[in-house]
Amino acid sequence: MGKINFILNGKSVEFNCPDNWTLLRMLRDGFRLTGTKRGCGKGECGACSVILDNKIVNSCLILGNQIDGTEITTIEGLSSNGELDRIQQAYIDYGAIQCGFCTPGMVLATKVLLMKNKSPNLEEVREALSGNLCRCTGYRKIFEAVLSLKDEK
Amino acid sequence: MSFIGKSIQRIDAVSKVNGSAKFIDDYYFDSMLYARIFRAPVPRGRIKNLDLSAAEKLAGIKGIFTAKDIPGANIVPVVEKDQPLLADEVFNFAGEAIAIVVADDPDIAEEGVSLIKLDYEELPSILTIEDSINKTVPDICSKPDNIFSHYKIRKGDFEKGFKSSDISFEEEYKTGYQEHAYLETQGMIAVPNPEKTITVYGSMQCPFYVQEGVSEITGYPLSDVRIIHTTTGGAFGGKEDVPSIIAGFASVPAVILNKPVKMVFDRAEDIMTTSKRHPAWIKFKTGFSKAGKLLAIKVEFYFNAGAYSTLTPIVLWRGLVHAMGPYACDNIHIDAYAVATNTVPCGAFRGFGTPQVIFACETQMDIAAEKLNLSPIDLRQINILKVGDSTGTSHDLDESVGLEKSLHLAADGIDWKNKFIPPSEKTGRKRRGVGISTLFYGVGLGAKGGMLRRAGAFIQVYRDGSVNVAVGTTEMGQGSNTVFAQLTAEALGCSPDNVTILPIDTSRVPDSGPTVASRSTVMTGNAIRNAADQIKHYLLLGASELSGKPEEAIELIDGRVLTAGNELKISFIDVVEHCFNQRYHLTSQGWFKAPSTSWDDDTGLGNAYFIYSFVTNTAEVEVDIETGEVEVLNLVSAEDFGQPINPKMAEGQIEGGVIQGMGYGIMENLYSEKGIFINPGFSTYLIPTTMDVPLVKPIIVNEGYSKGPYKAKGLGECPLMGVAPAITNAIYNATGIRVREIPALPELIIKQKKE
Repeated sequence: MGKINFILNGKSVEFNCPDNWTLLRMLRDGFRLTGTKRGCGKGECGACSVILDNKIVNSCLILGNQIDGTEITTIEGLSSNGELDRIQQAYIDYGAIQCGFCTPGMVLATKVLLMKNKSPNLEEVREALSGNLCRCTGYRKIFEAVLSLKDEK
Repeated sequence: MSFIGKSIQRIDAVSKVNGSAKFIDDYYFDSMLYARIFRAPVPRGRIKNLDLSAAEKLAGIKGIFTAKDIPGANIVPVVEKDQPLLADEVFNFAGEAIAIVVADDPDIAEEGVSLIKLDYEELPSILTIEDSINKTVPDICSKPDNIFSHYKIRKGDFEKGFKSSDISFEEEYKTGYQEHAYLETQGMIAVPNPEKTITVYGSMQCPFYVQEGVSEITGYPLSDVRIIHTTTGGAFGGKEDVPSIIAGFASVPAVILNKPVKMVFDRAEDIMTTSKRHPAWIKFKTGFSKAGKLLAIKVEFYFNAGAYSTLTPIVLWRGLVHAMGPYACDNIHIDAYAVATNTVPCGAFRGFGTPQVIFACETQMDIAAEKLNLSPIDLRQINILKVGDSTGTSHDLDESVGLEKSLHLAADGIDWKNKFIPPSEKTGRKRRGVGISTLFYGVGLGAKGGMLRRAGAFIQVYRDGSVNVAVGTTEMGQGSNTVFAQLTAEALGCSPDNVTILPIDTSRVPDSGPTVASRSTVMTGNAIRNAADQIKHYLLLGASELSGKPEEAIELIDGRVLTAGNELKISFIDVVEHCFNQRYHLTSQGWFKAPSTSWDDDTGLGNAYFIYSFVTNTAEVEVDIETGEVEVLNLVSAEDFGQPINPKMAEGQIEGGVIQGMGYGIMENLYSEKGIFINPGFSTYLIPTTMDVPLVKPIIVNEGYSKGPYKAKGLGECPLMGVAPAITNAIYNATGIRVREIPALPELIIKQKKE
């Protein structure tokens, strides 16, 4: 058990994290931020994706105690004052959501892609989301949603 | 019509995109405990001793429960009652549950599992269809000869049919397991209440199955078992019967310890121990006239059912009904067998026994077209079902047959005319080809569905004009709740924005059967219309009283009140308020019984399903003939499921289902060693990723069904089923390599190439 300090969805937080807890478990069981999903627990599906210092990571593969001093964004931190992020709105508009279990991770992976590349092409979108599995949509409407966000300038 | 055929936004979209939707693992109850399962290590054995002492001493362990602790019956009720919740004395597949370990922390429960010592005698087991047929070990299941079920079709005179055929040929086919790979694993939370009642929350397709399962296990009457559906992260058939088992694992400790118990499976456990698509072995013989008319069909096929019968009898029956494909043929002889093995029990998976037989049937058609020197399109044009034709089981089709349209739309969609070039004309290492498949699919449970062929709905209109709807079939991602909101709005004359579809709760609606078989739109949709009509009667009366216009001249559309096309100054809300003041009853129960079907077990003939959906799939592939790797370039799916209620969501169903079908055809393979799956994870069991998916072109062919809600049929399973043979036929067209086994992995294609 060690005390850690980090920035969670824009706010400084402190947490006594048991040594064997993953970041995923800390977010879910510790902070009750259950938008971060556990799909496999082995870094194979991407449902637990969160943004750690501007990188997309599988929170099931990181121990809670490793994140001291970092900045974490979960799906709950993406919308502000109930206003959806434009990525979230695009997922809705393009019908890119079915069961919704992969959606938080997929949206966050999209966020990181667009932070680095304002106008990704289809191949870049495929690559950026390749760590996030979806069993429902076949990905086409997800691609359409993400490509709609291209900065045309 | 204002909301039929409109792509309104999913009603659950915002909660799913902002992370607030609550799946079962997102629920926490005070003093909740966590369950983990101790499982059988080998395919078959006799339990000699189970030593729980070390596990029981572990701090945090709250209880360990075996078969003898179950308060009710040790039964998982599905079709037969042959499967125990916990193995008692003998276990019949590796991974079968033996004990439930409960702790105040999931990691401690897992550690408790690892401390249990099982002393057992290994018994001889059967792992393959062939060994089961040959009875290398006799009597491994509850039925004689290791056969759970046998169904047959005897139509016309198949021997005469083959004699009069100009060409006939027989081939053998094999299909593998398919894992559902829903992203949310199985999970339930059982919460005991005072006065010996229980509420179980969870991820599931069939709350009424779970209610029966929990009732059996606890010994409580159905009235004291309440099941509440939580947001479900994909199911695809995998959450049809299995959730009754998960609910049992949570409910046994919950009622004994009087504490809420959460049981959520981890991924490997979910893949290794829950149902799959049945592997199949199929012998298929067809005979044709020179002109290409299908004259005789003989099929013998076997499904590997696993250790218990679960849903196998009806999966097998559906396979039987669809085995001859969507073709008119007078002489049909089919035997379908489900055999027992000491492997994981197989069950429902999108298509329910049909993708296996379609793979065989559609490969036969491709081989036949070449032998007859006909294009695969022309061969199908000659034989496909049209209005006025009779199906393989002698069901005369009098409406809603969109197969011919779909055939030509799918062919045009892939540019068949320009791309279908014989394999002999292709050279080079990477070769392209196109393939096609056609299919029909019975909507709903069909003639074997018994008492389950009904659905209920409950509608309540509140004083402010808002509307609650309770239904008995579940949203699992497919979009049914949005469709139900559209149907309610259409039937009542309000806006879908005013409609709330309540979480499914077995205490709110009567048993509506399972959420399977592409049945929700027709069954629950019609129940909603029935409920809405009762309320609409009062709304029209109220509107007439308020406006002074006759009832029959009034229309309610999207919250507006119209007469002769002109909007009146009163609104839906005004009408509702008036009805409340008049004390009119704006609450109703709707009910729908499926249209009639018929079946004769001796001949295998009858109107097996009340209506059919139709699909044509086309595929374009590029095959590397040195490595056997297949890249799917294009997939087209032209589908007739009647009137689409929400076209964009219907397209989403097609795109997703087609990709699952591609996974089934060329990617997804479960490897097993000594009866144990050795690749139970997504880095080894490969489902399609963003890098694998081709362009998918969904085409909606609308041939309305008169008894469907606003002429809709069913759609959920249609997209998956015919994709594998469209791809393998395209592999043949590219390379001349005939695939008779799926998944068509590169090593299989190289092996076939050598032969």
